[in-house]
Amino acid sequence: MAKVLMKGNEAIGAAAIQAGCRYFFGYPITPQSELPEYMARELPKVGGVFLQAESEIAAINMVYGAAGAGARVMTSSSSPGISLKQEGISYLAGAELPCLIVNIMRGGPGLGSIQPSQTDYFQATRGGGNGDYRLVVYAPANIQEMVDLIIEGFDVADQYRNPVMILGDGMIGQMMEPVEFKTPKKRELPEKDWATTGTGGKRKPNIINSLYIAPEDLEAHNIRLQAKYQKIREKEVKVESYKIEDADVVISAYGTTSRIAKTAIAKLEKEGYKVGLIRPITLWPYPYDEFKKINPNCKGILTVEMNAGQMVDDVKIAVEGKFPVHFYGRMGGMVPTPEAIIEKVKKICGGEI
Amino acid sequence: MEERIVIAGFGGQGIMALGQLLTFAGMTEDKNVSWLPSYGPEMRGGTANCNVIISTEAVGSPVVTESTSVIVMNRPSLDKFENTIVPGGRLFINSSLVDRESTRDDIEVYYIPANEIANQLGNSRVANMVMLGAFLEVTNVVEKSTILEKAFTAVFGENRAHLLPINKEALERGAQVVQEQKVSL
Repeated sequence: MAKVLMKGNEAIGAAAIQAGCRYFFGYPITPQSELPEYMARELPKVGGVFLQAESEIAAINMVYGAAGAGARVMTSSSSPGISLKQEGISYLAGAELPCLIVNIMRGGPGLGSIQPSQTDYFQATRGGGNGDYRLVVYAPANIQEMVDLIIEGFDVADQYRNPVMILGDGMIGQMMEPVEFKTPKKRELPEKDWATTGTGGKRKPNIINSLYIAPEDLEAHNIRLQAKYQKIREKEVKVESYKIEDADVVISAYGTTSRIAKTAIAKLEKEGYKVGLIRPITLWPYPYDEFKKINPNCKGILTVEMNAGQMVDDVKIAVEGKFPVHFYGRMGGMVPTPEAIIEKVKKICGGEI
Repeated sequence: MEERIVIAGFGGQGIMALGQLLTFAGMTEDKNVSWLPSYGPEMRGGTANCNVIISTEAVGSPVVTESTSVIVMNRPSLDKFENTIVPGGRLFINSSLVDRESTRDDIEVYYIPANEIANQLGNSRVANMVMLGAFLEVTNVVEKSTILEKAFTAVFGENRAHLLPINKEALERGAQVVQEQKVSL
């Protein structure tokens, strides 16, 4: 299929429909409202259901219901709305229900602003809801990658019976880029024999639940969940890296911020600097191992984010104290400039910091 | 080749559409492109701007910080973006609504009375196309034919196809204005 020019938020919807998603439950919030708008227009054309819920909490519990019935389902919101959904996300993880959750992040805390931000990294990768659970979290850097990850993300959700999150920001939601809808590689997916689709009088009822009264049962359930998360860690890490084997400084950045870092790196290379990049595509599972390939004489790692340095924790875990870890970021909806990143890299190279 | 363009003006002046026309045309000509709008609690009459990148290389940051060209449709936009242009870059000023000249002497500056020309053509809403005509005449970033034959209906929809002739004329008038200015430079 030929390339089309699409706004990020609309491309998310188109990708989801192509992936077989037929149910969308949400509540509008800037900067992702074009997505529910797109779904409201397009889902009925393919026999799907768009429903604007009375609240984010209602929407995520509708996702729980549809996922429990075995449907491909998604919801989307932006930071404060995703906060409201956390209880439901924890229940989805506990009941092992596959679904796709999109967070087009904006400035926080609280109601914050509507400008782009990456301030929900902790919430997405550490679990904003209660309990020992994990989401598979993708951080696409461009609209094509976002489309590809959404299509694959639905498969990953089904394969592991786990909620998957697409973590973008207002910039990738609002911008337009060419995108091509390719036929994705199909994964071997297990039958959804656990779904509550009606017994037909032929089997015992399936039960979707996250409540285990007996501690022995809940512990066994948690052990099973942890084994699943371990498998995801082993199989599902995605990362892009660039010239880290002989870099003097390695930048680590994800999502749209990584593009700003790439612009900075291209300029630094023209001036003779050796700068590498590690771009985690999955924020969980995190690509810790990639950092082991960094030039042992590297002078430091620079983490760049649109927050106060949330990924720094993971970078420090990854480098195991071998390199100093620096940070540059902007907050509140401000976007880092390539020039500011360049200045910081030069300071690290010059031993000034 | 990488053109990093800022287009700015009032909401309602067709700023976003102008950017989308360029972006779509760039894509059609097999270049790498991105379009990034300012977004916020803004509406008709407020400020609006978008960043367009058209490049033979992969597009890095979609945010334009060091612009190669700036198109301004009103005075606040000139004040805001004049200093983002790299030396040797180009500035296109809608002189119908901007009451001062550029203070830069290290860039090419073009003055286009876009609203007057659009009014002469009988539709004030094609002022953005006058600016686009001027921009394309100087930069040749994409072909005018790509804008008219491919991008126009893609951005505005088939039901606007009847407006093509006046938009074509607007592009040509914009181009004429800068041709005259290039001669006098």
